[in-house]
Amino acid sequence: MLAIRIIPCLDVDNGRVVKGVKFREIRDAGDPVELAAMYNRQGADELTFLDIGASYQSREIMIDVVERVSSEVFIPLTVGGGIREVSDMRRILNAGADKVALCTAAIKNPSLLAEGAEIFGSQCIVLSIDAKRHGDSWRAYINGGRIDSGIDAIEWARQGEKLGAGEILLNSIDMDGTKKGYDLELNRTLSEQVNIPVIASGGAGTLEQMYDAIQMGKADAVLLASLLHYGEFTVKDIKNYLKAKGVRIR
Amino acid sequence: MIAIIDYRAGNLKSVKKAFDFLGVDSKVVASPDELIDVDKLVLPGVGAFGAALEKLHQLNFFQFVQQWIQQDKPFLGICLGMQLLMEGSAESPGAHGLGFIQGKCLRFDRGKVPQIGWNQIIIKGKSNLLHGIEDRTYFYFLHSYFVQPDDESCISATAEYGVNYPAILKQGNVYAVQFHPEKSSDAGLKLLKNWIEKC
Repeated sequence: MLAIRIIPCLDVDNGRVVKGVKFREIRDAGDPVELAAMYNRQGADELTFLDIGASYQSREIMIDVVERVSSEVFIPLTVGGGIREVSDMRRILNAGADKVALCTAAIKNPSLLAEGAEIFGSQCIVLSIDAKRHGDSWRAYINGGRIDSGIDAIEWARQGEKLGAGEILLNSIDMDGTKKGYDLELNRTLSEQVNIPVIASGGAGTLEQMYDAIQMGKADAVLLASLLHYGEFTVKDIKNYLKAKGVRIR
Repeated sequence: MIAIIDYRAGNLKSVKKAFDFLGVDSKVVASPDELIDVDKLVLPGVGAFGAALEKLHQLNFFQFVQQWIQQDKPFLGICLGMQLLMEGSAESPGAHGLGFIQGKCLRFDRGKVPQIGWNQIIIKGKSNLLHGIEDRTYFYFLHSYFVQPDDESCISATAEYGVNYPAILKQGNVYAVQFHPEKSSDAGLKLLKNWIEKC
């Protein structure tokens, strides 16, 4: 049986891991290679790196980070942020990443999902959706959660699957950094509408909330950043807790 | 010398990096001309069955690999590299695989597809590849199709994802794994080390 995945997420800016609250107030959280190796030792199932630095220089440093991490840490690596065309995907995959996550670029140019899936396979293509509640539904946001695309997040996920995305990384803008728990309704609604794995992200503050994301939110994986970076929990703590609750983990 | 066949299908460097990490010499080869001093062959790969075969033909690897495995030389197929050993796949009807193992590849018809994540292998028989690796160890899987050999005697481990399907095949010195040992942390590195030293 397949295990639920615990995925540490490292936001990288100019080669350093940083963490913000509600996409703001960025603080330094450490060296990406050291953190990656530590999370692997703790039993992380995958790692996700998001390049939040907008500059060309930050992109180049990211390639180097991926090269170094993939030479020392042998678990799957997903890289997102600033990927605009197939050549960007190729460079990142060639540097040692296993998957690329697309958010803004996919909304601006949906055919990028199809092209990426055609060339590298669906398993390489993660559709990252930054969702924000609008009344009874959710909208997909772009540009690091700053701009409303006007597109329904659930509908976008369905379309993304059709275009060739192999996985959805679902981040709740409303809950991100609040530690008040995942947006369970968003997670469940979206998870029931697609037939590809969904990774829940944004809002985790307690172990119980992670369990809820899996049980009630129907998440196939949970993505975690600040809770891990600031040492509130280790991956092992999370896995021990979930295991005791009967969740299948590695 | 170990050679990793580069047929422009996905992340081949991870396998190379895993060998580097284990302190073993290996090289990524883009043409059969570079395979002269090679005694072990790895066929990795992600992507589609038919497209991969096209590339193998285009780069003149197809016949070389076919002969290599027919001569029972040390071989490791990883993920798509396992599926290519079969005669065909539901993924690419009409495409002819290496045909080393009779049978074909089928698509998962239950659960979320692709299967992405860590799944346990159920060991069916003793194998040098699995030396020191316990039954129900987790490995990292990433695939939509699985192999279905006509003769099940070549299956050395299975996994379960809606169906029981082969996770490891062994026929003589030809080994193949559906999961990614190069992405399966300590267990995966152990398996690769076994293949290098014991297979």
